[in-house]
Formats: sequence, C-alpha cells, structure tokens
Amino acid sequence: MAEYSALALIKNALNGNKDWKPAWRKPEPKASYDVIVIGGGGHGLSTAYYLAKEHGINNVAVLEKGYLGSGNVGRNTTAVRSNYLLPANTRFYEHSMKLWEGLSHDLNYNVMFSQRGCLNLAHTPAQLDDFARRGNAMRHLGVDAELMTPAEISRLIPAMDVSPDARFPIYGGLMQPRAGTARHDAVAWGYARAADRRGVDIVENCEVTGFIREGDRIVGVTTTRGDIRARKVALAVAGSTGRVMQLAGIERMPIESHVLQAFVTESLKPFIDTVVTFGMGHFYMSQSDKGGLIYGGDLDGYNSYAQRGNLPIVEEVMAEMLALFPSLGMARVLRSWGGVCDMTMDGSPIITTGPLPGMYLNCGWCYGGFKATPASGWCFAHTIAKDEPHELNAAFTLERFRHGAIIDDKGQGATPRLH
Amino acid sequence: MLITCPYCGPRDVSEFTYQGDGNRERPAPASQNLDAWNEYVYDRLNPAGDHNEVWQHSGGCRSHLRVVRNTLTHEISSVVFARGHVPHRSPSRRGAKA
Repeated sequence: MAEYSALALIKNALNGNKDWKPAWRKPEPKASYDVIVIGGGGHGLSTAYYLAKEHGINNVAVLEKGYLGSGNVGRNTTAVRSNYLLPANTRFYEHSMKLWEGLSHDLNYNVMFSQRGCLNLAHTPAQLDDFARRGNAMRHLGVDAELMTPAEISRLIPAMDVSPDARFPIYGGLMQPRAGTARHDAVAWGYARAADRRGVDIVENCEVTGFIREGDRIVGVTTTRGDIRARKVALAVAGSTGRVMQLAGIERMPIESHVLQAFVTESLKPFIDTVVTFGMGHFYMSQSDKGGLIYGGDLDGYNSYAQRGNLPIVEEVMAEMLALFPSLGMARVLRSWGGVCDMTMDGSPIITTGPLPGMYLNCGWCYGGFKATPASGWCFAHTIAKDEPHELNAAFTLERFRHGAIIDDKGQGATPRLH
Repeated sequence: MLITCPYCGPRDVSEFTYQGDGNRERPAPASQNLDAWNEYVYDRLNPAGDHNEVWQHSGGCRSHLRVVRNTLTHEISSVVFARGHVPHRSPSRRGAKA
C-alpha cells in the first residue's frame, strides 16, 4: 500500500492519480480471528491499530454495522483537550494528548491536529476560583494550564463581547494552550488505513446480531455476514452499548443513552482561532479550516437512541452563542445533526475486561469520546492483550459504582443527563 | 416533541422537566440490601424502544407524570398522572418492543 509523501503526491499528479491504492481493503470476514472488535468508529479502529502495533496481534477483525466513520467519530465537534480535575481523568486524557501530538506522523496520515488552545470562560469570581483550582490540579500533574484576564481574552478573541454590559460578564478564563482540534474523518480513515496495513480486516456493513457462547464464555459473534469466532471479543460501540449488551443477555448497565446536537454555520472569514467554552450554561465553539463555525451545547436531556434532537436545545444553543458573539446574529446555520452518547453515572468512561468471560468492554464516553480516541484504543488494546487493565485505565471499571469508587469530575452524582 | 398533559393538553417539551427513568424501584429507606440500592441508584434498562419515564409539567400545572416514550422515534404512547399510578415493573428488555 502506497505511503503518503510529497514524492508520491508529485508522481500521482503527473500520471493522472492512477497509482493511489484504496486506503483499506474490503475483505470477506474469515471464519475466526484472535480478536474481534465490534464497532468501526474511532475507538474500535484505534484499538485494532494498537493491538497490531503495540502487541503484535494482527489477526484482528473490526466489524462495523454501517460504513466506516458513520457513527460518532463523524458527528462530534472535534475538540481535543486534557483539562480535567481528577487525577484518573487527567492522566488518561493527557496520555491521549501526547498520542495526538505524534499521531499524523505515526499513522502517515494527516489528521490535521491543530493545537489552537481551549479556553473555558468564567463569569463569576467563584467560577474563576474553581477554574484556578482545576488549573493548579492540571499543572500538578504536568499538564499545561494558564489563567487569563479579560484583557488577554479580548486580545485573543476580538469578536467576543467582554464588556461589563454583557449578559454574563467575563471575569477571566482557563486556557489549555496544547488543546485544539483535529479533523475527525481523517482520524477514522487514518487509523483504518494504518490498521489495514498491519493486517487487520475491516469489515463494513456487518452488523452483530448475537453472541456465540461455549458455556459462560463468549467465543464469537453472529452477524449479518455470517458467524465469526474469536478467542476474544471486544466491544467499542459507545452510543449503542445498551443494545449490544442486550444481545449478550446483560439488561442493565450504569449507562443512559442521550442525544447531543451539533451545528455548523456557512463558511466565514477567520473569526476565532481557538476553542472557546461558555461558562454560564453549556456552549462550545471553534472554527474549522474550511471556515464554518462548529458549535454545540447541552444534551437534549432525555433518553434517546434517535440521531436527531428537538428544537428547545437549538434555541438555547443559539441564544448562548449570541450572548458571547452578538455579531453572529447575521451568520446562517448550514447544518445540524445529532449523535447518541453513552452517558455514565459519573461522567467517566469504562474500559475493562469482562463483564463476561471472553468479552472486553469499552464504553461510556459521554460526550467526550473524540479526544480520547488514541488513548482509548491504546489502553483497550493493552487490556485485551494482557487480560488486565493498564494503570491508565485501571480506575475505569464497571464495578466502581458498586464500590463507591466513582470518578465524578463534575460532581453531579448519578444523573447522567447533567454530566 | 409534544407531551399531552392530562390536565393541560398538548404542550411543547420545553415546558416539561425530565425526571428520569421510571422503571427504578427505590428500596425501603431502612433496607440494607446493597444490591437493591446499587441497582436503584446506578443501573438502568436504557431500552431502544418504549421507555417508562417520569416527567414534570414544571412550566405548567406542575403535575408529575408517567410517560411511555419511544427512544428511537420520540413518539409518546401514554401519559398519566404519577399520583395514584400503580407502578408496574416493566417487562424485561428482551420482551419489550424494540
């Protein structure tokens, strides 16, 4: 398979682009594999990649029910950051950040990772104190964080209303300069191509319809493209975890499925060169390289597996955008869409062995799964290969709720829609 | 999404507050059955299909409501007052309409 390089680009430009190969094969599924990964989203693909790269396990199939990249990896708002309060989260997401920093090189695929910073705005003195505390917690663990004054913020984002007359005046903000955005489709395609090149079979349009058992043990899956057996079956189906676990006979999980909407405007001239989040409500925005403003807000707030939301949230998100950027009243919205999020009871993910013998589970990404893509696959691959978690994901168990060892960064308790 | 309040009639969802999964059964306050408490606080059926829920018409008559709503289509098939409602254990998910 052709490497991407300046030389290959010139060569193909001169001969009519005839030498490019498909980025990944379209193999028929084999009868058995060492590992089956259910879910061809970012996390499933990165899991397969790191299984092959870090652990030498190449006999792997990734089963995707639709086409590659059709789920949440193509529906998120592309922000990447590691600005958490609690050590388990900070260490995990910082590991992810470090993988992001070398990802384009590692995959030989430009994921357009752009460290343009992420700024959380504070609108009360108490909120600014809280952000200072979180910034100190981050710096304590070696992560970059800077507190910004309103004057500095005004210079960084001239279009934003930082006046004392704003609906919610800005007292300051917490900036993580190494945070940023990446092109989400490229992340899926890059991992797919790199995994394929290491021998992983990526099988699209292959929906899992049930699990094959021997005694208690899961030994394979039934699919719309036939039965496939494997020594280890790994789930990376966040958004559909409830439905797939039901096929395995597990009816209750510490998860609710909720719909999150996102929006993009028509392309505008350079307007904002960082990721900004509003602190009085829930709103976040960045600008894509094409010029569209990409933004979103809260969950709709009720259980949903529909990949579409309702109008009250649309209205709320637009109102919050205008509170920060009155000038955007003239901008036209190009598209809106929805994605289904696994909301856990503490807002943190689950990466674990089990809960059945032969099964491995990666789920519960709430609405923060995109930035976790590299570390999620890296830790999950370790968990699958070694049959025990890496220290970075050791806290993300399924049993932590029962034991009271929850990781509740926001302090909301067991109310998934508020995380 | 419209919810037909039995008292006020069909109203926009923005008038209502979602109070969550209506399948859960709270153990007796003195219960020391940790499994039952764990299930009540943390475990959810989370079905793809009809879901028993509790809503409040907080922007209207303030009634607490029991709602059956489809999580795949957002279609609402039943709304009754929570008061006087005999909670029924919802069928296991495998039996539920998917």
